[in-house]
Amino acid sequence: MSTVINRPTPPSQDKRWKIVEATVRRHGYRSHSLIEGLHTVQEAFGYLDDDAMKYMAAALRLPLSKVYGVATFYHFFTLKPKGQHTCVVCMGTACYIKGAPQLLAAVEQVHGIKPGETTPDRKLSLLTARCVGSCGLAPAVVMDGEVAGKVERSEFLSRIGKWMSHDTGRTE
Amino acid sequence: MTPEELSKIATIEQEEQQQHKHVIQVCVAAGCLSSHSDQVKDALDKEVSKRGLENTCHVKGVGCLGLCAAGPLVRVQPTAKPDAAVMYQAVTANDAADIVSSLEGPPVKRLVCPTNVPFFTRQKKIVLENSGIIDPDRIEEYIAVNGYAGLLQVVSTMRPSEVIDEVMRSGLRGRGGAGFSTGLKWSTVAKGRGSTKYVICNADEGDPGAFMDRSVLESDPHRVLEGMAIAAYAVGASQGYIYVRAEYPLAVKRLKAAIRQAERAGLLGNNIFGITFNFSIDIRLGAGAFVCGEETALIASIEGKRGTPRPRPPYPAESGLWGCPTLINNVETFANVPPIIRNGSAWFAGIGTEKSKGTKVFALAGRVTNTGLIEVPMGIPLREIVYDIGGGIPDGKKLKAVQTGGPSGGCIPEQHLDMPVDYESLAKVGSIMGSGGMIIMDDTSCMVDVAKFFMEFCRSESCGKCVPCRVGTAQMHDLLCRITDGSGTADDLTLLIELCDVLRATSLCGLGQTAPNPVLTTLQFFKHEYDAHIQKKTCPAGSCTIHAPAEVI
Repeated sequence: MSTVINRPTPPSQDKRWKIVEATVRRHGYRSHSLIEGLHTVQEAFGYLDDDAMKYMAAALRLPLSKVYGVATFYHFFTLKPKGQHTCVVCMGTACYIKGAPQLLAAVEQVHGIKPGETTPDRKLSLLTARCVGSCGLAPAVVMDGEVAGKVERSEFLSRIGKWMSHDTGRTE
Repeated sequence: MTPEELSKIATIEQEEQQQHKHVIQVCVAAGCLSSHSDQVKDALDKEVSKRGLENTCHVKGVGCLGLCAAGPLVRVQPTAKPDAAVMYQAVTANDAADIVSSLEGPPVKRLVCPTNVPFFTRQKKIVLENSGIIDPDRIEEYIAVNGYAGLLQVVSTMRPSEVIDEVMRSGLRGRGGAGFSTGLKWSTVAKGRGSTKYVICNADEGDPGAFMDRSVLESDPHRVLEGMAIAAYAVGASQGYIYVRAEYPLAVKRLKAAIRQAERAGLLGNNIFGITFNFSIDIRLGAGAFVCGEETALIASIEGKRGTPRPRPPYPAESGLWGCPTLINNVETFANVPPIIRNGSAWFAGIGTEKSKGTKVFALAGRVTNTGLIEVPMGIPLREIVYDIGGGIPDGKKLKAVQTGGPSGGCIPEQHLDMPVDYESLAKVGSIMGSGGMIIMDDTSCMVDVAKFFMEFCRSESCGKCVPCRVGTAQMHDLLCRITDGSGTADDLTLLIELCDVLRATSLCGLGQTAPNPVLTTLQFFKHEYDAHIQKKTCPAGSCTIHAPAEVI
């Protein structure tokens, strides 16, 4: 005898939910696929909002508290939408001793945002990473997903400056 | 896949490679990619086809060539004389024409990267033997260099217990940091109860300043898969997981491709080499939690939970993933297994020191001329790594300390530089081997600030499950902040040392137990810097901003 399980419907008609549904289906809606599922949501939408977490909880039949616990435990997941452009400064040991803190200070000085923050015009998000593994090229910065090595302050600021002056510079 | 098919693939691939007069190898590992080696490869490809040389010259992307500091690296190798290869450094797309023109003549002088220097000649490559030579995206190339021959040998001629004995005799120890005997771990899992067992590859390389595992996965992913399959045969597992950081998208992509190819070739899946041995591998993505490098936390994370450790025993070897016996080894450990099987345990045991066998891959970074990836025999003096292979300290600065083991390790000062690099010697000076990050610091680095940096790391990476680690790291970080901004007192130092003891003795997992190491080693070797901050209110390295005014005596 088979039991019929009602699967929840995604929060919206957005087609990206199909990708998320496919991931949880591939894992047989088992609770251990939570992290994989959250990765898919974040890849598709850029961040995890309340609706996404409620949907994952219902789909995997987990308490919402557990989903929230996992989503906030891991640094990789973010509950806030990111800006148009993201700049991740690596804060690994090699980058740290080769001047990564000075790069962060430069962004704060010029654009007024600290790590984890986004500019009010939603153009730039500044983030830090534990280590992107490009230690041989320290200091490293990941600018919109592209790793740049041996970054110098002036060149770094001028690249960000270009982003900020673009009006329709969406990179997706 | 039958043994005959495997050797046929190897022969066809070798013959095909012989047809080309030259092969141009372009490093497409993450380091060189970030200086646009993909554009260099495209440019070389175009140049070769423009001149109609496709049949005599083969351009291919390869894994890490080692000297990341000089990237993008390109190597031109005449097929007939592999030893006459020329390495080029800092190549750009504009250099493609010159490189292709020089194939039949003298090399392009302005780009040549000398390879007869200690950086290349002092290394001994086992784990990285194919790195920078084969195309990581093609299983045929791995098979052509004896790939999967170890797995074939194991499943066709050896009993599981014989495999474990062979690994035991080799003296291989875990390359994740702690250095536990690999053979012993395998035999515990093999003896474990129940028919369901798991093999997990720990690729959650969280140490800041370490990128060895990433390079191995990006440069030679099949080697890790083969090592896992051999382990699975030895311990009786049929399912494997690779837990890899989400921060390594390229490694994940290459691993996924490698698994697909191996499955298609019948080297993973059911009835491997026609015997009743089934083994499949799935990838699980980490999500940025350093503590997940700890084995019980890693297991919790694969189970979809928060990555918090649990008390051991029971060890994962007895009760791990979903309560089943689970073998967890590091990427580099698995990568060592195929050559041990192929060349025999005696060969491996002949390399290294009495208690530390084989080689170790280090990620050399920081204030050193040659930053990059190196593989050296165990027991090599630290001085040789820093000055010969690393090329010394740039800008005429003086070496201050060598940091090994990341946030769990310590800072080794100049006076211990002649120490051999092995598990025991490093432990003797308060550091650990760790996974292989090696950061060189010169006199512009303040040791108190470095201790603060690692404590900040441990504080924010502490999972919060046990009190000593959660509260202790926060308190220690606050104390270090006070010392570095000039408001610290002598009592703060006493308290700091006391907290080191508490954390070490009472924390639940390795994160908390080893978190005091950076503080303890800097206190041991650089006490005068702490004193300068506290008493004279100055930072000898000039890197800390002292807020409090100097005391008037």
